[in-house]
Amino acid sequence: MRFVLRRLFAALLLVFVVASGSLLLAQIAPGDYAAQMGGNPAVQAAERHRLGLDRPLVEQYTTWLRRSLTLDLGDSFQYRRPVLDVVGERARNTAILALVSLVLATTIGIPCGILTGSRRGGLLVRLIRAASLMLVSVPPLITSILLVTVAVRTGFAPISGRLSGARLIVPALALALPLAATLERLQAQAIRDALHRPNMLSALARGIPRRRLVWHHAWRLSLGPILAIYGVMIGSLFSGSFAVEIVTSWPGLGDLMRQALTVRDTHLVAGCAAAGALFLGVGVLAADVAHAALDPRVESETA
Amino acid sequence: MTRRTRTGVILAIGLAACALAAPWLAPYDPGRQFSAYPFAPPMRPHVIDAGGSWRAPFVYPMRLVDPLERRYEEDRTRMIPLRWVSGALVRVDGAEPWFALGSDALGRDVLSRVAAGARLSLGVALLGTVIALAVGAAAGAVAGYAGGWADAALMRVADLVLVLPGIYVVLALRGALPLVLSPVQVFAALVLVFSLVGWPAAARGVRGIFIVERSEEYAEAARAVGAGPMRVIGRHLLPASLGFLYVQATVLLPAFVMAEATLSYVGLGFAPPAPSWGAMLQDAGSARGGADAPWLLTPAIAIVMSVLVVQLAAPARDPLLWPADNS
Repeated sequence: MRFVLRRLFAALLLVFVVASGSLLLAQIAPGDYAAQMGGNPAVQAAERHRLGLDRPLVEQYTTWLRRSLTLDLGDSFQYRRPVLDVVGERARNTAILALVSLVLATTIGIPCGILTGSRRGGLLVRLIRAASLMLVSVPPLITSILLVTVAVRTGFAPISGRLSGARLIVPALALALPLAATLERLQAQAIRDALHRPNMLSALARGIPRRRLVWHHAWRLSLGPILAIYGVMIGSLFSGSFAVEIVTSWPGLGDLMRQALTVRDTHLVAGCAAAGALFLGVGVLAADVAHAALDPRVESETA
Repeated sequence: MTRRTRTGVILAIGLAACALAAPWLAPYDPGRQFSAYPFAPPMRPHVIDAGGSWRAPFVYPMRLVDPLERRYEEDRTRMIPLRWVSGALVRVDGAEPWFALGSDALGRDVLSRVAAGARLSLGVALLGTVIALAVGAAAGAVAGYAGGWADAALMRVADLVLVLPGIYVVLALRGALPLVLSPVQVFAALVLVFSLVGWPAAARGVRGIFIVERSEEYAEAARAVGAGPMRVIGRHLLPASLGFLYVQATVLLPAFVMAEATLSYVGLGFAPPAPSWGAMLQDAGSARGGADAPWLLTPAIAIVMSVLVVQLAAPARDPLLWPADNS
């Protein structure tokens, strides 16, 4: 329990540092929202005054900080709505995309990895290996552009229009395929390592069928290293989803963040960063807790 | 060095050589517009003519038969021989252009643009990697050798950068710089951003190696005969981390190639007239670009090829310690 609390605190600290950092970065950046909007100098000055952009940097930051303690992240300059409303909607879409992709990648990658890791050869194993070597080298930006092209040509899935389950197919596949390849390779290595342990040999000698040995016992042993990887993977999941969201015009955090940065909507930048950091923190926390539940040594080592 | 690694290194050197020699290899200037040939499909070189006899390589000129549907037809009555003309490896005679990989919306040669883009895209990634590794090695050396508060402070910062999704850090840092820049300024800005994002991974590893190695006998011996810290670090401990730095380079390089492509694609990297791979992909990703003119996807292939080459050149590593992409 103390372990979980410590990690929870670390996650909250992460959200705070990231939000403040991105706000300050966006504030010291040359140009501001008023200048981006254009208009004559008098209009710009009035706009600056209205938004509080004419006050000193430190004062702007402390005001934001004081309000953020009550979960009020200020108003978006551009949307003229509270940042929480704007971000919440987009964050939900990103979360859906990330979760579906993660589940998809897991259901494709893990069984394939167990298969390729436990067998020496065969056509199927070679096919999977070749496909995963190829996919590991293809970043989500490219998979999404290719999938959009295929979708437009064949019409197997919609890539524009109302948000729906079908609309999710292209972005989820684009994000999941490279991830599945990474998982396949890691799982194969983990199974290989597990099968080389002496207890596996003795189990085989006792007459436990090989199939049961691989899918039951070795897989259990390989779970630890794989769960440790999930914590690291959350980061690449969000990195990938940024490109995928923009290419497939999936209205998530990535696109909002880019927009906010280009028009210098500082409050919105901080809000997006906070939401992203929150997801990241929760993801890493979940992976850590799962890992600790499985392997008590983790808890005693880091707590 | 295994055969796989050697193949990768040779291919990587070849790729770099092509990028450097781009202006001499590419048939045309990357900005040259053949306005009569928008979205021309790739023109296949032939060696057998209509009569069925062998000839030196030649192409049939393209004719735009339907400007609305952008439909082209080969003009089978004339043949244009491919020749070595000074300044380019293969160039057709006469005024009619040869698009080996098709042309884009403005009638620019895709092959020439991809070749020129290699210099921008690979150059940014390479320079960013070198500087990130240099900074990371220096920071890791200080942290690992000195320890104490310098170590603690450096590693806190490094951990923060490492835990965040790379592309968002890149994005936030890029956003802090002026948005509209000339290509040279964009190049410098991206190198700066990539170095800032890339150093922590290198620093963490170098620090770990230093902590182990500094109490090894050879380092103790060097200190015992009176070598100062600079000499111990430069002469003994840094060489011990070279292997790690090489592996780190093969992780950072592909990540930076992808980051450049992503940034340029979303309009925060090189702006369109500049032929960077990411900027070119905008054409392929827009509306029906890639579907109607699949040859616009060439930069995507170039990106995948260069990532694959670098991954071949990477020493076979324990995938549990080195997740394939942590960009």
